[in-house]
Formats: sequence, C-alpha cells, structure tokens
Amino acid sequence: MSTTLLLIQLLNGLQLGVLLFLIAAGLTLVFGVMGFINLAHGVQYMVGAYLAVAFYGVTEHFLAAMVLALLAALAIGLALEFLVFRRLYHRDHLDQVLATFGVILFLNQAAKTIFGPTPLILPTPEWLDGSFLLVEGLLYPWYRIAVIVAGLAVAALLYVLVRHTKVGMLVRAGAANPQMVSALGVDIERLFMIVFGFGAMLAGFAGVLAAPIFSVEPGMGDDLLIVAFVVIIIGGIGSIKGAFIAALLVGLVDTLGRTLATDAMKLFFDVSSANQIGPALASMLIYILMAAVLFFRPTGLFPAKGMA
Amino acid sequence: MTTSFSYGAAFKTLTIAGAALGLALGTVAAHAESIKVGMLVTLSGPPGALGGQSRDGFQLALEELGGKMGGQDVEFIVEDDELKPEVALSKANSLIERDSVDFVVGTIFSNMLAAVFKPVTQSETFLISPNAGPSTFAGKNCNPYFFVTSYQNNQNFETLGKYAEAAGIKKAFFLAPNYQAGRDQAEGFRKHFTGEVVEELYTPLGHKDFSAEIAQMAASDAEALFTFMPGGMGVRLVKQFRAAGLADRMKFYSAFTVDETTLPAQQDDAVGFFGATNWAPNLDTPQNKAFVAAFEAKYGYVPGGYAMQGYDTAMLINAAVEAVGGDLSDKDAVRAALKAADFTSLRGDFSFNNNHYPVQDFYLLQVAKRDDGKYQTEIVEKVFDDYADGFAESCPM
Repeated sequence: MSTTLLLIQLLNGLQLGVLLFLIAAGLTLVFGVMGFINLAHGVQYMVGAYLAVAFYGVTEHFLAAMVLALLAALAIGLALEFLVFRRLYHRDHLDQVLATFGVILFLNQAAKTIFGPTPLILPTPEWLDGSFLLVEGLLYPWYRIAVIVAGLAVAALLYVLVRHTKVGMLVRAGAANPQMVSALGVDIERLFMIVFGFGAMLAGFAGVLAAPIFSVEPGMGDDLLIVAFVVIIIGGIGSIKGAFIAALLVGLVDTLGRTLATDAMKLFFDVSSANQIGPALASMLIYILMAAVLFFRPTGLFPAKGMA
Repeated sequence: MTTSFSYGAAFKTLTIAGAALGLALGTVAAHAESIKVGMLVTLSGPPGALGGQSRDGFQLALEELGGKMGGQDVEFIVEDDELKPEVALSKANSLIERDSVDFVVGTIFSNMLAAVFKPVTQSETFLISPNAGPSTFAGKNCNPYFFVTSYQNNQNFETLGKYAEAAGIKKAFFLAPNYQAGRDQAEGFRKHFTGEVVEELYTPLGHKDFSAEIAQMAASDAEALFTFMPGGMGVRLVKQFRAAGLADRMKFYSAFTVDETTLPAQQDDAVGFFGATNWAPNLDTPQNKAFVAAFEAKYGYVPGGYAMQGYDTAMLINAAVEAVGGDLSDKDAVRAALKAADFTSLRGDFSFNNNHYPVQDFYLLQVAKRDDGKYQTEIVEKVFDDYADGFAESCPM
C-alpha cells in the first residue's frame, strides 16, 4: 500500500469517524442517562437526510435546507419521545427494543411511501463543489474535508456544552447516577427530553452531511446503527469523550482495514484466496476490536458510571 | 390469508376458512374461464424499484390487451417477496394453493428464484422469470416448467468482456460486491476477455464509501473500470468516481449499475458511462417506440429493462394462451406454445433456447441526457447477435 493510499484512507477514516460520532453521541447519552435502548436512533440519520432533500427541493439552498432539516429533525425527535419513547423508560429492555424496532420499520416504510424506493441525491453546495489535487491524478472533494471540519467543530461544541454548562453538568450527573440527580430535585423528565431531542438532531445532522456523498434511501441508517452501538460500547456508555475517541478509532480501523486486510492476506495466500478472505476479515475487524477492548476494559474505554 | 396469520387457533380457523374459500373460488374460476397470473416480485425497500418496473410493464401490456389474454379475462395478482426467501416461498405457495394461478411470473432476484423454484415447478405451474436468470437452472437443472424472458445473468458481463476485447483494452480494473453474483460477473467478464485484470476488488454488499477503491483505481495503470454495483451502491460509486476526477482518465463500463432505476439519482454524473444489456429505451423498432411513449405517459418515468421484460412476459403468455385456444389443461401444448415465443418482443429478435432461456442480441449502452431533461441509456453498438448462454448445452431438454 502506497503512502498516497494511506493518506486518503486516513482522511476517509476520519470522515467516517466524525459521522459515527455524531450518531453515537446522541445514542450514548440516551443509553447512558436514561438506560434506554433506542434502536430507532439510526433512523434519525435517515430522517435528517430525507428532510434535507425535501427542504432543498423547496429552498434550493443548501444551508437553508440544512437548518430547516435540523429543526424538523429536532421536532420529529421530540415528537417521538413524547408519543412513544416516554412510555418505555420504565419498562424492560426487551420492550424498548421491540417498540423502537417498530419505529424503524414505520419510518423506513414511511420514507419509501413518501419519497419512493429509488435512491435520491442531495447536490453538493456550490461553494464546496470543487476538488483539490491530493496527489497526481486523483482529486479529493472539498466537501469531504468540510464534513470532517464540521464534525470536529460539533465535537468541540459538545465538549463545551457538556463540560462547562449547567445542563451539561446535569447530563453528566445523570449519566453517572440518575436516581441521585432525580432525588436532588432536578426534573429528570425534562432533562431526558432535552438530551433526546438534541441526540436526534445530531443524528439528523450526520444524515444531512452524508447525503451529498452517499445516496439517500430507505434503511440507510440501519447499518450505521449497529456500528454506532459498537462505538458506544468501546467508548464506554454515557461518555461523550469515549464516543468521540471510539468513533475515530472505529472509523480508522474499518477504513484502513478494508484495504490492508486483502493486501495482508496476499502475503499468506494466493491472490484469489486473498480476495475471498480479505473482505470477509475486513468486515469483522471492528467487532474484533470491540471484543479486545471489552476483554481488557469490560465497561469500555471511558465508562461514565465508573467515575461516580 | 397472508403470512401474518400464524398464531394457533386463529391460524386453524383461517386455514379452514381459507381452504373453503379456495374451493369455492376454484369452482367459480373453472366456470368463469378466466386466466390467472400471479406475479411475485420484490416491491419492498430500495430494490422495490426493480419489481415496480416489472409490475408496471406487465400491467401496461395487460391494458393494451384490453385486460384479456386469448379472449379470456385475466386476473392479475401481485405479491411482494420482500427480498426474503421465506416470504417468497410462502407467497409462492399461496399463489399456487390458494389462488391456483395458471402462471407464476417471478422473480427479480436470483436468490428469491432459488426459494420458489421447486414448489412452483413441482406443482406443474409454469414459472416465468421476468428478470432473474441464474446459471443454476440454465444447465443440467433446467426445467420443463421454467422459462426466462430476461437473460442468463452472466451474459451482460460476457458482453462487456467481448466488447473490451474487440476494443483492444489491455488492462482492466474489476470491482464488484463480495457475494455470488459479484463473482459470477468476474467469471462472465473473463469468458471473452483475454487482457489483464490488473486488480479484482470486492467490497461488502451495501458499501458506502468507495474512495479507497477509487484511490486504488487512480494508482493502477488500468485503462478502464468494469463494475457491477446494483442499486444504491451504483449511485454512490458513480458520484464518487465522478467527484474524484477519474472519469476523465478511465472509461466506466458496467452492468446493472447505470440503468433507468438508478439514473434519476445519478443524473449528470453518469452521462457518458457505459452499460451492457439486451435492450435500451431508444431501441429503434416501432413497437418499442410505442411502448416507451405509452409507458412514460402512464407512469411518468423512463422504463428500464425490467419494465420491458415485464411487458414482454405478458405478451409471451398472451401469445401462448391464444395458440392453445385458451385451453390450459394440456400442459405439453402450453409449453410448446410458450417455447414458440410467437410474439413481437420489444427488443426485436427473441427466441427460446432448449433450456428456455432467451437467444437474443446484446448491446453496449451509454448514458445520455434527453432533450426533455430526463436520463436514459442509449445503444452504442450491437456486441452479440442472437447470443445464447453457455449453459444450454448441458441442459437435457
């Protein structure tokens, strides 16, 4: 593997990492603070992407579509919390999994009914619709750099919010010991709702960012949800910092692994066997990583509860 | 009765009710002299667009026939296999047992066909595939009750290999998803291509980010990319390939990657890219022109090969029903009438081989933007004339 390829893969890994972080951030808080398993979190990513496409159709302006999509994603998140999830907090995990899985089916089918089954696209905004020559003969789109920058900026913003604001303090406290926070007279339901809406909006933001690169289609969030769960388990449930580091780690391992695995196998096997084994091994890598992390740190890298 | 009733007593009651109803309907149907056609295609999820085209094409043909085949009323039942083998199987069984259809038209995907093949053919009901054409049933496992109106799956990539060979391409880069169909395409490509495949890459199914693969293409000295990336994967690959500026350096050849189901999303990014199959909307025959115009007027989108094959399947069944004078009880006669394929296919030349797979022409296609702003594939040149698949020899029929 050439250094060029390594460089490109590092950029791609970072990009996947920040998208994963945006999804995982909400998931880890919802899981950590409320002890609530929300399988429908990935579908918020799809909702964000579809909303952006819909609003772009109306406004024909990328940023306007993004802002409207974020507000609508927030509204949909809050509505789901109020109508469905609020009723599930005190029930066992199986009920939560069943009900939120139902929400996935419902929203995927709704997207298909409203927008049709064929993949849609969101055009890249004109002011980012260029590429620069990364190496001889290969252009790298500015938009992908913008995704990384936007993701890192949101991570920094979240850090400030969680570390240096009162709500952030309550969220951290809630993740470590929700009963105590409640006993101290904090309206935990309202806190849940804020966390939930915000998490849904972040996942929607990831969907908007991803829409111009990937295709917008029903079920697009389902694969990412599984990876997002891997991220929050590696990072430690309830920890934003853990989610950030684990997301970048998983993004890099997954992306680099895809190119390296086949090449590595070629050292041991002939080309056609390597072509068989490499891709199979590559798709297992993040789960192997998760198993390894759990072996040494059963509560993840930065467990929120352990700090209490 | 559908698959959702699977609970104890309710199930029993419904089974009895269903059986009684089935008997009643069966008796009525025999007197009413209507033809029953059951269609089993994928209508759920993103791949549902393919099944939707198939259904729309069939329905348009039915409409043009005045809702009748060979003078008899047609009852057209559409079922969704949801791209799940167990659902496909149960829907196929209900088409045969409950609806006692005369023909089952399905499926879109080869793995769905594998699930329904045995029960349908064993019940001596004719199974006509409007798209899936796996090698499995083309060779020694060919079946007297099975017909394919599309192609044998490998043929599109055989067309690309043949074209690449004739065009003097020496170095090719091959990219496909890591599953059986992806590997079959590589085999099909190599059948007529003697140049070097400098890299053969396989990605997971549903792959999102192709930039690593694109970087490898840029680093290689291949003249052209040959790829099989159906559905959303194709949309992403085309966009990212274009954004990386590779389109100026490498030719993009594909099958099932740039077609009328993906072009609405790929748009300008796909213009100039190549495909290969048995038909394109601009194929210049009077029947085809009328079909495309009528289809767009009725459904508002450009028909792809799936719609064409759906339409042809309806016309094939109609021709067979006419030939036997509406008497479907003599299966041998119906089979002979189907095999004769006495209809005018939208793609021009069409006949069935001994294995009931088509013998037809294959073309190299190129994506173009039409004057009305819509996108379609257009014929560049004919690569194969009356081309038969390579498995027919081992079929004992």
